[in-house]
Amino acid sequence: MTEIFFILFAVVALGGAVGVVISRTPIASLLFMVATLASVAGIYVLFEAHFLAAIQVLVYAGAIMVLFLFVIMLLNLGHDYRADLRFGLWSLLGFVVVGLTFGVLAQGFLDVNDTGFREDGAAVAAALDAAVQEQGVAGVIAEPLFTDYVVAFELMGLLLLVAIVAAVVLAKPRSRSGES
Amino acid sequence: MLSHALLLSAVLFVIGTLGVIIRRNAIIIFLCIELQLNAVNLAFVALSRYTGIEGQLFVFFVMTVAAAEAAVGLAIIISIFRHYKTVDVDKFNLLKW
Repeated sequence: MTEIFFILFAVVALGGAVGVVISRTPIASLLFMVATLASVAGIYVLFEAHFLAAIQVLVYAGAIMVLFLFVIMLLNLGHDYRADLRFGLWSLLGFVVVGLTFGVLAQGFLDVNDTGFREDGAAVAAALDAAVQEQGVAGVIAEPLFTDYVVAFELMGLLLLVAIVAAVVLAKPRSRSGES
Repeated sequence: MLSHALLLSAVLFVIGTLGVIIRRNAIIIFLCIELQLNAVNLAFVALSRYTGIEGQLFVFFVMTVAAAEAAVGLAIIISIFRHYKTVDVDKFNLLKW
C-alpha cells in the first residue's frame, strides 16, 4: 500500500517538476510547482514526518507560492515563450551538467540499503516511532529544536527579521527628492 | 523505498538545475531553485527516518532560509523590473563585460 502511494506521489512530483521547466507561462509553472510541493509533502507523510508535511503545505505551497503568484501578477509577465528558452550551446551545457550531476548522485544513492547508511537504522526508526507515541509529532521535533539547536533557532528568527526589513527596503519605490 | 526516495530527490534536483540553466525568466529560475531546495529536503527527510530526528530539524531550517530567500529575491526582482522593465536575465548587463 505504501509503495502504491509512493509511486503515485513520485509520478505527480516528477510530472510537476518537468512542467515547471517546460510550461509556457509563469503562472502554469507556479501551479505545477504547487503540485510538486504537495506530492513531496505526501512523501514526507510516508516517511512519518507528519509535522514537516503540514509545514510544507502551509508555508511552501501556501505562503511562498502565493508570494510568487503576487509578484508574477504584479509584473504581468510571460508573453514571449521562445525568448525565454536558451538553445544551442547553453542547452548542451545544461544537459551535460544535468547528466554529470545525476550520475554522481545516483552512484551515491543506489547502494543505500533499506535502513540508510547506518547499521542500526531499523532500531533508530523504532526509537523514533516510540518517541512520537510519547511526545507527539510536533514534540519530537520541538524538543531538540529548543535544547540542542536553540542557537540556530534564534538565529532563524533574526534571519527572518532581516529578510522582512530587506524586502521592504528593496521593493519600496525610490522617491524623487532623494530622501531614501 | 528509501533508495527510491533518494533517487527521486536526485531527479528533482537535476530537473531544477536544468531549469536554472535553460530558462531566462528570472522568476522561473527562482522557482527552479526552490525545486532544488525541495529535492534536498526530500533526501533529508527520507534519511532522517533511519539516522535520527536531526534530518527533519535541518529541513525546518532549510524551509526558513527558503522563505527568507524568496522574500528578498522577489523584492530584488521587483526593483530590477522597475529599472529594466523586464525580468530576462540576459538583459541585466550592468556587470557584464
